[in-house]
Amino acid sequence: MSFVLNEDEQMMRDSARGFFGESAPVSALRKLRDDNDPIGFSKDLWASMAEMGFCGVLVPEDHGGVDLGYAAAGLILEEMGRHLTSSPFIATSVLAASAFNLAGTDAQKVEHLPKIAAGEAIYAFAIDERARHNPGHIETRATKDGNGFRLSGKKRFVAAGTGADTLIVAARTEDDKINLFLVDPKAAGVSLQSRRTIDSHMPADFTFEDVKLDGDALLAGADDPEKAYEQILNAGRACQAAESHGVAVQAFDTTLEYLKGREQFGVSIATFQGLQHRAAHLYGELELSQSLVRRALTTLDTQPSQAPLWCMAAKAKATQVSRLATSEGIQMHGGVGMTDEYDIGLYYKRAQAAGEFLGDDHFGAGEVARLSGY
Amino acid sequence: MSLETFRKETRAWLEENCPASMRKPIKSEADICWGGKTWTFASEDQKVWLERMAEKGWTVPTWPTEYGGGGLSKEEAFVLKEELKAIGARSPLDSFGIWMLGPALLKYGTYEQKLEHLPPIARGEIRWCQGYSEPGAGSDLVSLRTKGVLDGDTYTVNGQKVWTSYADKSDWIFALVRTEADAPKYNGISFLLIDMDQPGVSTKPIKLISGKSPFCETFFDDAKALVKNRVGEAGQGWEIAKYLLSHERAGIVSEAAFGGLNPVSAAHKAGEVEDDGRLSDPLLRGEVAKLTIDGLAFDATMRRVKEEADHGEGVGARASMLKYIGTELNKKRNELNMSALGSDGLLWEGENEGDGDVARSWLRSRANSIEGGTSEIQLNIVAKRVLDMPSA
Repeated sequence: MSFVLNEDEQMMRDSARGFFGESAPVSALRKLRDDNDPIGFSKDLWASMAEMGFCGVLVPEDHGGVDLGYAAAGLILEEMGRHLTSSPFIATSVLAASAFNLAGTDAQKVEHLPKIAAGEAIYAFAIDERARHNPGHIETRATKDGNGFRLSGKKRFVAAGTGADTLIVAARTEDDKINLFLVDPKAAGVSLQSRRTIDSHMPADFTFEDVKLDGDALLAGADDPEKAYEQILNAGRACQAAESHGVAVQAFDTTLEYLKGREQFGVSIATFQGLQHRAAHLYGELELSQSLVRRALTTLDTQPSQAPLWCMAAKAKATQVSRLATSEGIQMHGGVGMTDEYDIGLYYKRAQAAGEFLGDDHFGAGEVARLSGY
Repeated sequence: MSLETFRKETRAWLEENCPASMRKPIKSEADICWGGKTWTFASEDQKVWLERMAEKGWTVPTWPTEYGGGGLSKEEAFVLKEELKAIGARSPLDSFGIWMLGPALLKYGTYEQKLEHLPPIARGEIRWCQGYSEPGAGSDLVSLRTKGVLDGDTYTVNGQKVWTSYADKSDWIFALVRTEADAPKYNGISFLLIDMDQPGVSTKPIKLISGKSPFCETFFDDAKALVKNRVGEAGQGWEIAKYLLSHERAGIVSEAAFGGLNPVSAAHKAGEVEDDGRLSDPLLRGEVAKLTIDGLAFDATMRRVKEEADHGEGVGARASMLKYIGTELNKKRNELNMSALGSDGLLWEGENEGDGDVARSWLRSRANSIEGGTSEIQLNIVAKRVLDMPSA
């Protein structure tokens, strides 16, 4: 476990920084928004991300990926956060890839992991059934039907749901355990409603009415499917925390630059102690967030049994800090921070949405208490 | 020697040499060994433990053996620390000489100064205190006015220091003294080592809100200091003081990060938990969880900053960030301890009341964000030196 990046990681970060700065700057998000893009991300960008090796960062080399682990995935996500890149990366390359790695059968791995690495298919991970994250509240049912299953239930705010080719759906089986099922969103009985959120992403709500699934739709490779489900979610949390952290860092950098450039009363407003102290406090919070994010990701890679506490803590902290950094950013920008022309408002909106996904800071704090035994 | 071998030998030596009573948690201040000429050991074991550790040089594991240290590498020192922690061993010696003066002497002292002053620190024979703040120079430390006039080989020192920790129990003081009256204020200060066993030095304890008196006023009235006991050049004192303050900050931080009572055990003490261990008050539970998260984040940040320092990025002004965060967290922890204990936390000294340790720790923690540079000063430093924000 190391906080300092090794050579592979430095290369990954540098190439991600260059790539997203070039191919997916904030103006790309503005364009998706202004064009009312039907899926909320660019499939061309996704194909380029696959060429860069990003999509298969968690896919084993046997299956066409680069297998660099969660720490590297986090570095990619931090850069995406900095540039407000909209893509199905967490849904597909983190959650789905982790699902196949941890719960897929050999046949499922062979079929799906190469598609993830090659950017050939978009996978979405359908968990929540209510507006607030609650991974234990699963009423969607998969009941045995011959060799297959019948799936009924509802899912809300499925990230990348609008553009997805395949869904991975959390549903309760007859033993009341949560299991994961592969579902074709175009299958009979599946209805999709796209949602548009403040960050210009397009998640989707799904209704499943007696959807017929084959027997091999069940991810049947895990000894303990519920444990795998939790591990997948925790991996998603640590990675989402990395993106949120990137959002926070860029919002802070942008704000600091603004402070240094803006004059009032005939002097740079960066000389004002009231603003200096807010900025310095924020810097400390960002350092805390960064350490937890890195610690959670490296723990997932090296000591997965220890990871839940770190993942929850990282998600809670990165959520809180990214919201703080962006709201302070608006405050310190003053009036122009409220305008659409300046980017800080876009960061504020993404911080809010990213924070909600897989549990906000309140959810995370409750889980940290539970995992700590109080 | 490989680290594994070192660990094995260290473990065996500690097993053999650390007295059983020195492996029990510290119960009161008397259990902390500060050493010094007038030190009275709380027990024979405390004495033996200090002597054995000093003999190995392990009171200051990374100092060179020539100066009474253990000559250990950073990695070996870390192993020693882990092994001490594993058996719950008490620190053999706490000392401002170790935490503050030592690092300054190692960096700025002459060979003779190191040979004279470091070994007695390592053995706990001389107890040091720090003379920085003055009644008119707190946050604006550089405005200090205690004056030293050089005549031949001796400085004559006049003035007053305040907030000198344990000055009444110390043997020597390292003090900032204005010796160059005509120099610009940053260049007029020298770093002097002054023997307190002389008529010109007197101390007076200051009673605090905790009921204790860890701090004193220290008065210099024609006190004498030999020029050979000036560390660095005349006028170099401010540079040395800044270097040393970063060590003090690290010390306050490690104290802040150090366990002690936490709100969950406090709630258990007060019986405010459910059968499944959940804290009864849901809002308190939420606050405690935030503290846990920030505590994990702080520990991880300490490790990260250390690792990055080892990779040559240096700690620098980030010490101020750590000091700010660590001390604010420690204050929060103490506040939550008090909340979790409810009225039990209010008990003060008295026959049936215990010794008011929780309240004392809570009261003491208020000083964390004042001493060694206030939180506001730390934020100033971060803004200017880390974030490169301009001065007014």
